Amino acid sequence: MTETTPSTSARPRAGSEQPLVRALNVMKSFHGNEVLKGIDLEVHRGEVVCLLGPSGSGKTTFLRCINQLESIDGGRIWVDGDLVGYRAEGEHLHHLTDKQVAAQRRNIGMVFQRFNLFPHKTAIENVMEAPVQVKGVDKKAARQHAEELLAQVGLADKAAAYPGALSGGQQQRVAIARALAMDPKLMLFDEPTSALDPELVGEVLRVMRDLASAGMTMIVVTHEMGFAREVADHVVFMDAGVVCEQGAPKDVIGNPQQDRTRSFLRRMRSEHDEARADAAGT
Amino acid sequence: MTVTHVTDQSTTERPGLIDARPVRHPWRWVAVAVILVMIAMIISSFLTNDRWDFSLAGQIMIQQPVIDGLLKGTILGTVGSMVIGVVLGIVIAVMRISSNPVLRGVSFVYTWFFRAIPRYVLLVIIGSGIGYLYNTLDIGVPFGQQIASLLGLSSDLTIGSLNVNGITGSIVGGIIGLGLSEAAYMAEIARSGILSVDPGQREAAQALGMSNGKLMRRIVLPQAMRVIVPPTGNETIAMVKDTSLLIAIPVIAELNYQTGAIANRIFKIMPGLVASTAWYLIICSILMVGQFYLERYFGRGFGQQRPKTRRFARPAGAGGA
Ligand SMILES: Nc1ncnc2c1ncn2[C@@H]1O[C@H](COP(=O)(O)OP(=O)(O)OP(=O)(O)O)[C@@H](O)[C@H]1O
Ligand SMILES: [Mg+2]
Repeated sequence: MTETTPSTSARPRAGSEQPLVRALNVMKSFHGNEVLKGIDLEVHRGEVVCLLGPSGSGKTTFLRCINQLESIDGGRIWVDGDLVGYRAEGEHLHHLTDKQVAAQRRNIGMVFQRFNLFPHKTAIENVMEAPVQVKGVDKKAARQHAEELLAQVGLADKAAAYPGALSGGQQQRVAIARALAMDPKLMLFDEPTSALDPELVGEVLRVMRDLASAGMTMIVVTHEMGFAREVADHVVFMDAGVVCEQGAPKDVIGNPQQDRTRSFLRRMRSEHDEARADAAGT
Repeated sequence: MTVTHVTDQSTTERPGLIDARPVRHPWRWVAVAVILVMIAMIISSFLTNDRWDFSLAGQIMIQQPVIDGLLKGTILGTVGSMVIGVVLGIVIAVMRISSNPVLRGVSFVYTWFFRAIPRYVLLVIIGSGIGYLYNTLDIGVPFGQQIASLLGLSSDLTIGSLNVNGITGSIVGGIIGLGLSEAAYMAEIARSGILSVDPGQREAAQALGMSNGKLMRRIVLPQAMRVIVPPTGNETIAMVKDTSLLIAIPVIAELNYQTGAIANRIFKIMPGLVASTAWYLIICSILMVGQFYLERYFGRGFGQQRPKTRRFARPAGAGGA
C-alpha cells in the first residue's frame, strides 16, 4: 500500500539540534477503534520524557508504534532523522522490507511491562543474544560487555541464573541490560515497574535513574509520579488518544492546567496513598 | 514433653507436632493380591507351555537377516522418516501461521491430504504406482519437452534423468512415503508448540532487531520444543512400528518381515512374533530414555519456581493505575 505524502516540507529540517524522535499527527486504530488521534511529540537527545495517562489512553500503543511493533495509519514518526517504517521516493511512501525494519529497531531499546526475558537462556545469554545474533559481535567480546552491563544493573552475581530463578525486579533489570547491549540511541520503557511487588520497584527505578543521568534518551510510560517529577525533563499527559497537556514536570504534575490532568493526578495520588497504607499495614 | 491430643478448641494448650494415623486402604491390598495371582499365572504358562518356545524366539532375534532388517529397515526407516517428518512438519507449521495466504493454503491442503491417506496405501502408491506413471525422472527446464517441440528444437532441454523405479521401489521410497505422511502430523504438533510460546517473546526479539528467521530459530522454536518433544516421542515410537508397513513398497529388509519369514520356514509362527515383539520393546525402551533427556534439555529454565508477579493485574484493572 502506498500513500502520497501531504508535502515534503513536513520533514523536519536539520536544524542546530534535530530532535531524536519526532512524531507528527500519529494516528492508529484497531478495527475502527481510534486509539491514537494525532499525537505530536518531540524528544531531544539526552532527554527523559514521561508519558502519563489513564488506562486505555494509548500510551503503550504509541510506544509500540515508535519501534514498529504496531504500524501507524497516519502521520509520521522520525527517529534520528529517519522516517520510521517507510521510505519516501518522490511523491510516494514505500513500506520498508522486514530487514530494513529490523535494522531501524536496532537503534531503539525496549523494556516491557512483563519483562519478556527469554526463559530458556540464562541472564547473561539473554544479554548476549542480540549483539551476537544480530550485530555479529564476537562471542567473547559480547560476553565481556554483557558482564559489564549486568554489573551496571547490579546483577553481576546472577549471570548464570535462568529468568525463572530471578525475582521480578531482577528480571526487569536483566531486561534493561539486554536492551542496552545493542547500544541503542533511544530507550522505551512501558510501565517497567507496574508488574512488580512494591518493595522491588525501587531497584528498577534506581537503574533507570542512573541511565538517565548518564545521558540516555528515554521515553517512559509510568505511573510512578515521584520518578516522573524527579527524573523527567518533559512530561506528556495523554488521554483518549491525544496529548492533553505537556511541559516541565513541575508544571504538568505540580500545577496542571487541564481538568482531565487534574482529575487523573488526583486519582493517582489517592491510589498511591492507599498502596502506601497497604504496604505499611502488612 | 508429653504427647497430648488437643482436639478441643476451648483448650488453652498450644497444639504441637501432628502425628496422625494414615487412612487405611483395604481394597488396595485386594487389588495387589489379584494382580499378583494373575502375573503368577502368566509366568507359569510361559514356563509350562512349550509352544511359546522362548529360546527359539531368542535365536530368531539374532539371525543375521533379522539383524539386517532391524538396522537397515526398521531403524534406518524410523530415523530417516522422522527426520523428514520433523523438518518438513516444522516448515509446514511455519507456513500455516504465516501471513502469506498462498503458503497457508498449501500447508492446509498438504495436511489435509497426507492425514487422510492411510500409510499402507501411500506406500503401495509410491512403491508400485509412481514408477508405473513416471518411468524416468527428467531433470531440466520445466515443461522442457513441450517448449522444445513448440520451438522445434532438437534437444528436449533435459539435463539428466533418474530411474524412478530404482528409488521408489527401495527403502528410499519407503522413507519418503513415511516421512511425507509423518510431516502432516508433525505440522500440527509443531504448530501447537509454536502457538504455545508467549507472543511477548517474539516482540522482545523483534524489538532487539532480530530477523523473522532468526527469532523463529533462536527464540520461538527452542521454547516450542518443550511442547513439541513429548508428542514427537509418541510419533517416533509409532513410526518404529509403522516401518513394518515397508513391505507395501515392497521392502523386505525389515524386522517384522524377516522374523516372520524365518518363523514360516520352520513352521513356528509364535516364536517369530515373540522375536519381533521383543525387538520392538527394546527399541522403544531406548527411545523413551532418549526422550527423557530431550525433555530435560528443552525444559531448561522452566524448572524453577516462577517468581510471583502479584501486582500485575493492578495497572490494567484499576482505572488509571
Ligand atoms: N492489538 C490490539 N487490538 C485491538 N485493540 C487494541 C490493541 N492494542 C490496544 N488496543 C486498544 O487500544 C486502546 C489503548 O491501549 P493501550 O494499551 O495503548 O493503552 P495504555 O494507555 O497503554 O493503557 P494502560 O495504562 O492500561 O497500559 C485500548 O482501548 C485497547 O483496548
Ligand atoms: Mg499500557
